[in-house]
Amino acid sequence: MAGINRRSFLKTGALAGLLTLAGCAGGGMRKTGGHVVVVGGGYGGATAAKYLRLWSANTVEVTLVERNPAFVSCPMSNLVIGGSRSMDDITLSYDRLRDQRGVRIIHDEVLAIDAQARSLRLAGGGELRYDRLVVSPGIDFIWQDIPGLDSASAQARILHAWKAGPQTVALRRQLEAMPDGGVFVLSVPRAPYRCPPGPYERASLVADYCKRHKPRSKVIILDANDEIVSKKGLFVRAWAELYPGIIEYRPQSELRDVDVATRTAHLDFDTVRADVLNVIPPQRAADIAARSGLQLINQRWVEIDWLSMESSNTPAVHVLGDAIFPAPTMPKSGHVANQQAKLAAAAILRLLAGEPPDPAPVLMNTCYSFVDSRNAIHVASVFQYDRRTGVVQPVAGAGGVSSARSELEGRIAAGWAQNIWADMLF
Amino acid sequence: MKHPAALLTLTVLTTSLFAQAADPERARNLAATCANCHGTNGRAVAGSGIDPLAGIDKRVSLQKLADFKNGQRPGTIMPQITRGYSDEQLELIAAYFATQK
Repeated sequence: MAGINRRSFLKTGALAGLLTLAGCAGGGMRKTGGHVVVVGGGYGGATAAKYLRLWSANTVEVTLVERNPAFVSCPMSNLVIGGSRSMDDITLSYDRLRDQRGVRIIHDEVLAIDAQARSLRLAGGGELRYDRLVVSPGIDFIWQDIPGLDSASAQARILHAWKAGPQTVALRRQLEAMPDGGVFVLSVPRAPYRCPPGPYERASLVADYCKRHKPRSKVIILDANDEIVSKKGLFVRAWAELYPGIIEYRPQSELRDVDVATRTAHLDFDTVRADVLNVIPPQRAADIAARSGLQLINQRWVEIDWLSMESSNTPAVHVLGDAIFPAPTMPKSGHVANQQAKLAAAAILRLLAGEPPDPAPVLMNTCYSFVDSRNAIHVASVFQYDRRTGVVQPVAGAGGVSSARSELEGRIAAGWAQNIWADMLF
Repeated sequence: MKHPAALLTLTVLTTSLFAQAADPERARNLAATCANCHGTNGRAVAGSGIDPLAGIDKRVSLQKLADFKNGQRPGTIMPQITRGYSDEQLELIAAYFATQK
């Protein structure tokens, strides 16, 4: 129990449970000990919590701090907006992580990290001490870039739905309320942002809904980028073949402002009126990163060491997922966050035991996108650690995209979701 | 060890040896990159339609991986992924899953 704030454990009455769980540790595996706190229970944080328990044979104590009562998946959430899946399908409980893996789960928000004292303060008033900390906080939005949206009332009407949850449901309702012949406008920020193919998948699934229920409607994509950021050829072909006359793609169309009352998007030289205006705002590492003094690159993304995911300027703090400055061509995806979490978990267990982390880590990415309710496409890549640059680099000749959209890949995408959710939460 | 230069050389040597030593859990770590789709320790979710890898004979898995890698076995994504791993890494992965029950 070294390094743990006993008082805070006793306060929540968790000590007895943890001791019982520690007593069940399987034999044969190295016993490391120590207490790791994980901030954020998404694809990165939940996976880190599970694998720290699994790979330490339950000898490392893990506390997960997550503000939401249940996990809601961003991957597959565009299917909810398109109408072929329900929120129940993409919502999972943290119960198994707690009951079967012995992860202590606190539903609260972290106010501040004190890296000197190795402790963090919770909004609910508690304090947690850690030997090592995992921060997997996701993204926050740069609202100042879109002045008209820089208020809670504006954000309640012009939705992003780029964090799955209530906004997913609300955007679905806006789409359902849209008249036939309406215009759905989707604004895409400059890369890097969470889930590179996600905006194009959403446009496809909104168009799929329109085609079946409101065939006179249009979907206009206002993309700040010069071209489609991911799976370009496959999306272009799907739109031409499946949604002719419905999807209109406009590159180099960066959103400058929004008029909320008239749902109008203001570009540099143009304005576009919408019946449903869906703005995916520019993004950066979640506020907790900057607030905690973690070194950022471009004032947006956390700089980390690729052998351990440890912050470049804050010892014992490991950062995962969409919040970090990515390796070359590495997308901000749930799949990558899960892989980074395993890298971090392995490194943390080595470091807690006084050993160096694995000197040759490998990461892999797979992203499936649906182009209608049944057909999907993929992009994949593999990254190997490169000692010369100190970064995981994409392997030349590996990875790639689908040869064509298919129902087979749609079924595999559904299987991917089932397995990755189990890999992080069960 | 009194000479500072000698001490420095020794330190550098030890550090670089330290850094190059393979991780004892290397096979486990590599195999974990497959778990997103194929399940934790290769135990895929029943009914998910994705092949479980746990307990599969090493020679069988390795042959399959090699065939994907050299283009003799068709697939949607596995040919692309296997080309990202060295033959030695694929062998470690196949051996790890073979030991999982």
